[in-house]
Amino acid sequence: MIEARGLVQTFQSREGKAKKEVRAVDGVDLDVAEGEVVGFLGPNGAGKTTTLRMLTTLLKPTEGTARVAGYDVVKDSVQVRRRIGYVSQSGSTGSLARGGDEVVDHGMLYGMSQREATERGKQLFDQLDLPGLWTRQPKAMSGGQRRRLDIAMGLIHEPTLVFLDEPTTGLDPQARANLWEHIADLRRRRGATVFLTTHYLDEADALSDRIIIIDHGKIVAADTSDNLKAQVSGDLVVLEVSDPDRVADAATRLESVAEQVTVDGSHASGRVRRAAKAVPGLLRDLQAADIDLESIEVKRPTLDDVFLTLTGRSLRDAEASTEKADPETSKEK
Amino acid sequence: MRFLRESFIIFRRQLRMNLRNPAWVLIGLMQPVLYLFLFGPLLKPMAKQFGYDNAWTFFVPGMLVQLGMFGAFFAGFGLISEWRDGVVEAERVTPASRTALLMGRLWRDLLQLFVQAMVLVGLGYAVGMEAPARGVVAGVVLTLLVGGACAAASNALALTTKSEDSMAPIINVVMMPVLLLSGILLPMTLGPKWLERTSDFMPFRWIVDAVRSSFLGDFGNDKLLWGTGWAVLLFALAMWWGTATFRKENA
Ligand SMILES: Nc1ncnc2c1ncn2[C@@H]1O[C@H](COP(=O)(O)OP(=O)(O)O)[C@@H](O)[C@H]1O
Ligand SMILES: [Mg+2]
Repeated sequence: MIEARGLVQTFQSREGKAKKEVRAVDGVDLDVAEGEVVGFLGPNGAGKTTTLRMLTTLLKPTEGTARVAGYDVVKDSVQVRRRIGYVSQSGSTGSLARGGDEVVDHGMLYGMSQREATERGKQLFDQLDLPGLWTRQPKAMSGGQRRRLDIAMGLIHEPTLVFLDEPTTGLDPQARANLWEHIADLRRRRGATVFLTTHYLDEADALSDRIIIIDHGKIVAADTSDNLKAQVSGDLVVLEVSDPDRVADAATRLESVAEQVTVDGSHASGRVRRAAKAVPGLLRDLQAADIDLESIEVKRPTLDDVFLTLTGRSLRDAEASTEKADPETSKEK
Repeated sequence: MRFLRESFIIFRRQLRMNLRNPAWVLIGLMQPVLYLFLFGPLLKPMAKQFGYDNAWTFFVPGMLVQLGMFGAFFAGFGLISEWRDGVVEAERVTPASRTALLMGRLWRDLLQLFVQAMVLVGLGYAVGMEAPARGVVAGVVLTLLVGGACAAASNALALTTKSEDSMAPIINVVMMPVLLLSGILLPMTLGPKWLERTSDFMPFRWIVDAVRSSFLGDFGNDKLLWGTGWAVLLFALAMWWGTATFRKENA
């Protein structure tokens, strides 16, 4: 569905008098298969939106090529546009228009008849929990409702490939959870391929089959969430030993299956690859050596651990630093 | 066909939003009325000096072009807030023709101008303007061309600056010489020779002259030719510029 090779986008930005070239996207390769839900994860300013705008024909790549839904984004942009739906980060509805009108007009620009677009729009309003909002102005809607209206616009022409740019940013937890349901539905009900960007780890984790991590305009990893976590750091296993004197012995046993073993009071902990497989053996080992445990805890690594291992900083720190360096992106609605 | 349909969708969307705003309708209709009744009387006693027997026949065509140019200059401001709402990007991601995205908006501006022109001409006749019907038709068509050119340029400027704050001063800078050198309010022949020569370089002056002579029913002179030429040229240039900005990435 998506096949991108060496995508580059540079922007000229002015810093005082000096002109500076920003490589917002710096050599991105992407492959997305039909029916996949892919999460495009990265801190603010990593280049997610810029990549998406190239894939949706809104921005011409400075370098590189991309085929989307079977067509080249530069040479056959109209063909690409017909087949994709795009929900932009900043929304897409005029604040003075009315919800239903916006959706119908949008569908008509895709060549649908007014009747067809109205019928389908009403259906989408039902499915997306927007009852009674057909004639309401977007400015009088809640953030979650407005976001769902954006999604209805992006889906009006039944695209087989949907791009969602930060669909839940700025929403409260309940509205986010609700929107996740609807996004999961996109594939369940319509078999759509979904490419969504996010800077929330839990969102990427919850929604996507596969996660592609981008940082400073470059792809740093692409795999399933489980594989990424397994590949990078292993699970954290924490043993609480009943007899504090035996902690050192327990740590030695742990070392046979774990890395980075540390001891703290009556706790010994270490990183174990595929802990689910290793822990039963470890427990037998400890029993054979007469070491009793108060408790054992296995923590799956988070995507933040993954990001930390790959880039040397945690996603949260990356956010903070880009926001400081780049007031533009934090200003973005 | 597809182009017309897409333009119509955009046009209808714009018109719908405007008509829901009573202030827009009211101000649009009041503009010609106020011009005519607050400024007209000032000119009346001077008309003889310009060589016009009927002050209204001099005044209404000038007002017409002024409405056409100045209303349209501001058309782009609405586009900036639409751009900020993400509407322009949402339209650009559809397969619709980029020219249609501009054209639909121009139709709205032209319809507004047409209604205002009708009000102005109607009131003009009511207060005693004397002008042949075909002259008025020609004058209104010229006005629509100029208005379309200004609206297209204003939309292009809006998408280029993307900020009301940087657009407003540019419009002011353009508007000043246009207003002063096109003889809209007072004929340029009133001033010294050098001023009149300077105004020869102002395309809008030729258009104002053309509309005036067509209102006089004077089709025989080359004023009309020059004015029409300029109006067509400006319209073509502005359309080209406007379409280019809608086509441009990053808009
Ligand atoms: N139109 C633009 N002009 C100049 N710089 C831009 C523009 N759009 C994005 N950038 C810069 O490119 C980088 C990537 O931005 P973006 O793709 O929006 O990141 P993300 O969506 O991951 O937060 C940022 O440093 C941003 O400031
Ligand atoms: Mg973004």
